[in-house]
Amino acid sequence: MTLTRSIQHRNPKPEVQSRKPSGATAMRLIVPLQGVVQGRGGLIFGSLIPCALFYFLQLYLKRHRSPNSQSSPSSPSTSSSNLAEMTRTSSRSNLLSRGSIGPVRISSRASSIAKPNDSPYYVGLDKASEDPYDRIGNPDGVIQLGLSENRLCFDLIEKWMLENLRDSIMGREGGDLSISGIATYQPFDGTMELKLAMAGFMSRVMGGAVSFEPLQMVLTAGATPAIETLCFCLADHGNAFLVPTPYYPGFDRDVKWRTGVELIPVHCRSTDNFMLTISALDQAFNQTRKRGTKIRGILLSNPANPVGNLLSREMLYDLLDFAREKNIHIISDEIFAGSMYGKEEFVSMAEVLDSEDSDKSRVHIVYGLSKDLSLPGFRVGMIYSFNENVLAAARKLTRFSSISAPTQRLLVSMLSDTRFIEEYIETNKKRIQNMHDLFVAGLQELGINCADSSAGLYCWADMSKLTPTYSEKGELELWDMLLNVAKINVTPGSACHCIEPGWFRCCFTALAPEDIPVVMGRIREVAEICTQSS
Amino acid sequence: MTQTRFSRTRTPEPEKEQARGGGGAAMRVIVPLQGVVQGRGGLILGSIIPCALFYFLQFYLKRHRNDQDDQNESNSPGQNQATRSPSSGQLTELPGLTRNLSRALLSPRSPSGPVSVSGRVSGIVKAADSPYYAGLRRVKDDPYDELGNPNGVIQLGLAENKLSLDLVKNWLAENAREAILGNGKELSISGIATYQPFDGLMEFKVAVAGFMAQVMEKAVSFNPSQIVLTAGATPAIEILSFCLADAGNAFLVPTPYYPGLDRDVKWRTGVEIIHVPCRSADNFNLSITALDIAFNQAKKRGLKVRGIIISNPSNPVGNLLSRETLYNLLDFAREKNIHIVSNEILAGCTHGNEEFVSMAEIVDLEDVDRKRVHLVYGLSKDLSLPGFRVGVIYSFNEEVLAAAKKLTRFSSISAPTQRLLISMLSDTKFVQTFITINRERLHRMYVQFVEGLKKLGIECIKSSGGFYCWADMSGLISSYSEKGELELWDKLLNIAKVNVTPGSCCHCIEPGWFRFCFATLTEKDIPVVMERIQKVSETCKLNR
Repeated sequence: MTLTRSIQHRNPKPEVQSRKPSGATAMRLIVPLQGVVQGRGGLIFGSLIPCALFYFLQLYLKRHRSPNSQSSPSSPSTSSSNLAEMTRTSSRSNLLSRGSIGPVRISSRASSIAKPNDSPYYVGLDKASEDPYDRIGNPDGVIQLGLSENRLCFDLIEKWMLENLRDSIMGREGGDLSISGIATYQPFDGTMELKLAMAGFMSRVMGGAVSFEPLQMVLTAGATPAIETLCFCLADHGNAFLVPTPYYPGFDRDVKWRTGVELIPVHCRSTDNFMLTISALDQAFNQTRKRGTKIRGILLSNPANPVGNLLSREMLYDLLDFAREKNIHIISDEIFAGSMYGKEEFVSMAEVLDSEDSDKSRVHIVYGLSKDLSLPGFRVGMIYSFNENVLAAARKLTRFSSISAPTQRLLVSMLSDTRFIEEYIETNKKRIQNMHDLFVAGLQELGINCADSSAGLYCWADMSKLTPTYSEKGELELWDMLLNVAKINVTPGSACHCIEPGWFRCCFTALAPEDIPVVMGRIREVAEICTQSS
Repeated sequence: MTQTRFSRTRTPEPEKEQARGGGGAAMRVIVPLQGVVQGRGGLILGSIIPCALFYFLQFYLKRHRNDQDDQNESNSPGQNQATRSPSSGQLTELPGLTRNLSRALLSPRSPSGPVSVSGRVSGIVKAADSPYYAGLRRVKDDPYDELGNPNGVIQLGLAENKLSLDLVKNWLAENAREAILGNGKELSISGIATYQPFDGLMEFKVAVAGFMAQVMEKAVSFNPSQIVLTAGATPAIEILSFCLADAGNAFLVPTPYYPGLDRDVKWRTGVEIIHVPCRSADNFNLSITALDIAFNQAKKRGLKVRGIIISNPSNPVGNLLSRETLYNLLDFAREKNIHIVSNEILAGCTHGNEEFVSMAEIVDLEDVDRKRVHLVYGLSKDLSLPGFRVGVIYSFNEEVLAAAKKLTRFSSISAPTQRLLISMLSDTKFVQTFITINRERLHRMYVQFVEGLKKLGIECIKSSGGFYCWADMSGLISSYSEKGELELWDKLLNIAKVNVTPGSCCHCIEPGWFRFCFATLTEKDIPVVMERIQKVSETCKLNR
């Protein structure tokens, strides 16, 4: 059979003719074979023949392609030698028709990224940034509740900067040492001074329960590249991470875009207050495995984004157990560790590990200053890992994502100013709590309940009563109304891959307390329309 | 034949035996076939059989792996359920202290060895063994200092310019605070602390466009909306390589080229580089014929070429591409329908009389077909601020710009730095003085350094860009080969304590060439460097 097929190819027939019959023979070959393939001995036929067919297909395509492009090589020499510079420009357009076929193409991976993103998360962010609300300047603008940004303590930071900015960058004497310390090449994974300062800041933020080793740190230009770098280091193209849902909408970008790594959702439900269970993890693990995908780790956010709850100490131990049994990694994103407002105690994965002697090399922590120090504009992220190989590779990869030296200098002084940091952390927690209480109470008055939470810059609100239908479609309709009628941008649960429809993340720390009544008034408007129509 | 092979794999024999036997059978099958393959009718046999063999090999490997995995799996869940549920039940009641103990006891149970990292990591970790990185590390451990460490290693391997840092320092001392926070009344803390556009502030793009035009002596004007800013030129190149080529595609790159390019283009994107050798006989100028040959060879190997990456002024040679070559390159790219990435990061560091022509200028004169041209720029060289990490993608392709803008999420510049640079670059008087003085100083250093080498009998390629020279030391190497070159490099590093970049790191096809970066030195250091090189050159000549 293979003989007849190959003869087809070797006779050079006109293009169009040859394509049809070869397709037909392929059909004739494959269909009767299906029976054979399913049998026991069919493995030879079932593998050899499709394999050969595929090979021929490639060969056929390749042969077909080559004649087009072989015509060109002789031309450049003639054109280049005799054309004068002046006539040059016009000659170009004459030549144009000759060689190239259509416009030049970009890579297929880039074209999928280049397309406008239609996820409501990004659509909402764009809409809000085009027409931002301002109490006085633009009172009809869109109020941003979709970006977890903290503006509650800018007054403290501003005060500090006014007093210390110049000295922190240039040094008190403005000497030669300091200019070459910022202008010249610095270690790409961050200066040792900043790592030390970060270690101090982190253990302070976590209530002094853990101490961090600067040598285990790799600094990056934000937590986003920290996560991407870890994905590169822990998983190969086609591998997967387990991630409990609902999860931060940006993970899809951070993990999947450039690394080719997949995310396997592990669903958490409102009945468990969206807490992760090991049995759900186990189920997702086994299902993925059956599909033939290799799982390389679990990606967690603790405090959870978007729900705002914490993983208990017990849960962390269970997770470690699970990871050990399956021999996989754990990435714990603890970027909200200092943005706590509840009574509950935050336990870092690093603390749990500290008390264990063995097997730390599977744990990697992501941190940054965008949330806890409310400096997202500074682009400072961190990988904290116990794995030497991962650290070595990540250090090299920071070549692609390093923090500029003046910013590092500035932060070294800021973080080393313990009086300022102490005051900042205290005030920040109080203000977040205050905003949280006001916001949640406001929602409650409208009959909207939030999941129990004790950290983060957001609350996770159940608006399923307001959705026209209990489905993703209904949720997105409500989101659309909130954005376009009430002019409020919130993040719908579906953008976070939440399995239950009707949940929304509302970030409240970019507001001032006096904005809350405005927000509630606008939501009420939509709520009334929804309850009337249903 | 395939039948016998197949049955072999299926009968479960002990591992070692099977592996060896399998290899033997494959040999027996392939060798007698070689005759057939070379004949005319061999296409069928020559393609089906290797193809099938390969398929079986994969199949065999896959099965083997599955077996192991399955064992693990079948062991663990059963055991776990038995051990875990009672333990976790008890542990909730136990205090945290005993918890640790139980862990340690449990740990030998299930995992098979330490957790593995991704396959790409090992490649990345190994890549750092090249002399380029080894030399840089050496200097870092034991840097020369005229007073503090006169026996340390002198850095000539890093393309960094310290000649005009005093100018930058003075400007910063006067303006840093206002530049970042704004002047006085209207404080803009939310302009630096909050999320900013990841591809750079518009004000900064405008300032960078102005600076680029100024550096290129107003021959071109740059449109700020075609600019995407990144944290250094390195990520700019990586992002372009990611956007223009898929994994397994290739770029043509004239050699010798900047040693970092292998990292920037290949590491994470899976894109390949095809060398286009340039020779000393042509003064290391690129020829279209060489490009064409490389292109066709790559094509024959089944590689898809997606573009050409050039550096202009070239690194490490320091020569400039003529207007004519640029036109020819565009022609070539058009004929093959591929992209051109022109790295012009050293555009402002030209010091000869030759005229620098930007690819943007050529494209500006043409109305059509700009979409294939992408420029890379940055402030690390021309403003000697590598610590600030500012790189630029300047592209005429909307799609590339759209994708690159999204990818800057992974590599953006911090806002205080952007604010600082907006003021610095908008101070056109300062910028003009800086460019002029920097060029003068570069030229002086270049002349002195080349002269010094000449006195030692070492000739350099005539260059007019960059802060390095490309020196021919093939007279000093013990054997005319890469080995000889690396021996000399080793002597220079360990005996003379001078770190230079050997040509082989730049994939130069001729042995014995070295790159000397002179802009981290002061004029006083030049005699010291020459003395050290002389010592080595004498021992080399004696040995011959």
